[in-house]
Amino acid sequence: MTDFLQAIVNGFSQGSIYALLALGYVMIYKATRVISFAQPALMIVGGLFSYHFTSELGLPFWVGMALGIVCGAVVGMIVERLALRPMLGKPVFTLAIITIGVDIVLRIISNRYIGVQSRIIDYPNGSDRVSVGGVSISQQRIGLIAVTTVAVIALALFFRYSRTGLAMRATALDQETALAQGIRVGAVFALAWAIAGGLAAIAGTFVAAGNAGIEQTSWIIALKALPAIIIGGLDSVQGAVIGGLAVGIVEALTATFQPDVAPWLGANFSLVAPYALMFVVLLVRPYGLFGTKEVERV
Amino acid sequence: MLQVKNLEVVYNDVIQVLRGVSLDVPQGSIVALLGANGAGKTTLLRALTGLLDVHDGRVTKGQVLLDDTAIHTWNAPRIVNAGLGQVLEGRRVFSEFTVEENLRVGGHTRSSGLAEGIEEVYELFPVLRERRKRTAGYLSGGEQQMLAMGRALVAEPTYLLLDEPSLGLAPKIVQQIKEIVVEINSRGTTVLLVEQNATMALSIAQHGYVMEHGKVVMDKPAAELLQDDDIRDFYLGRGELATSYRDVKHYKRRKRWLS
Repeated sequence: MTDFLQAIVNGFSQGSIYALLALGYVMIYKATRVISFAQPALMIVGGLFSYHFTSELGLPFWVGMALGIVCGAVVGMIVERLALRPMLGKPVFTLAIITIGVDIVLRIISNRYIGVQSRIIDYPNGSDRVSVGGVSISQQRIGLIAVTTVAVIALALFFRYSRTGLAMRATALDQETALAQGIRVGAVFALAWAIAGGLAAIAGTFVAAGNAGIEQTSWIIALKALPAIIIGGLDSVQGAVIGGLAVGIVEALTATFQPDVAPWLGANFSLVAPYALMFVVLLVRPYGLFGTKEVERV
Repeated sequence: MLQVKNLEVVYNDVIQVLRGVSLDVPQGSIVALLGANGAGKTTLLRALTGLLDVHDGRVTKGQVLLDDTAIHTWNAPRIVNAGLGQVLEGRRVFSEFTVEENLRVGGHTRSSGLAEGIEEVYELFPVLRERRKRTAGYLSGGEQQMLAMGRALVAEPTYLLLDEPSLGLAPKIVQQIKEIVVEINSRGTTVLLVEQNATMALSIAQHGYVMEHGKVVMDKPAAELLQDDDIRDFYLGRGELATSYRDVKHYKRRKRWLS
């Protein structure tokens, strides 16, 4: 039982990282109908900014992370402005391919910075563990869950009540009509990328604050956010969060139990588990758990 | 005064849709713009509100003047800010939003007084107040048209451009829409009404323009247009034709529609 709860807790915290990244995908998809494959690079770049501010320049963790988020957002906006805005109106598939290119470029630049060592951010008292009834969690993971919660609630409120949030949703539904209401669609795209960049930076910061830090191969973590958004539904904020957490928890559970329960599946099956979950969800609900079906009068 | 002068619009750099259109919309009036499918009415509205870009269209000649300022090079948000509101053809409500959210988006350019603006729209369309929490996509066609008009009105436009508000609506609802247009106009908003339902449009307009093949072919006070023989034949229908086509030579008939 303790093993089970421990796996859930581990999965929940790892899932928070996926959820943050998945939210970034959803932001961009909702605004521009493009699936951005640049999220992994944005995560690494944001994490490295935080690393630079804290470990190299000696700023406190939270200040460094805040600056990292701002820088991540700016990078997101720059990518949108330089690589995607000129291609406005072209098929979304073309744009998706461009984001792959952007991803590679950003990763190569950041690999130069990373070099061979792994870049670890020092989280204040990060390895102290809090235990409740045999289940323990590190301070750093508590921080991650707290920050994710705040980010998700803030985003939900933003989309529901603010003028800009509403404008973003309107643009997602129908760009021409949004334009006719006086919404600056270009600004909405830039903002979507900025939010995605900021969220990726939070994820990157906590990846860097984890045990392994950021290495040249850390970007692979961000690929797990893809099954997360497909499970949750491409255009749903709560779907992204729940999908992200589900992927994290399923991964942790399989890592804990699969070697004993189903050893014939082989080693490291936990890496595949999220995709298996994705298949199951797609078979039952093709729009994902929370994806919108089209509203239409018959 | 909203003026269009010798406007030419080309799509995709090759398809010329407007060939020198000129019209005037004096402040405080209702002006009707009639024409068959493909005459260029919607394109003209797009040119007025900066939506040509979306469709890969471009103004190649002429200009659009709003109180003597050329606005055809402006982008859509700036034009909306200057007081030109458009209700797109086919209503185009945000179907997944509630009625109230739709109206809030309509007031995007307002810096203040959004609540009062929405309240005024509810006064004009009481049915929208009843449906305020409902999903817009599930409203009836007439209600969606009212929502689309209300959404444009929240921005308090000086000029309201209506693109076929009667499209696909039952005659009774068309009557209702017509009364609403008159009401909107009496509250001080100038209306440019693009319609295929010529009887409805001309019965409330002061002035009418008829477009064909990207040109204005007729331009008269609405009352005169209502009496005009050609208009009655082509747009109003009255049973028998004033000029029988049997007497018109075949090639001339072709020329009339294909030139």
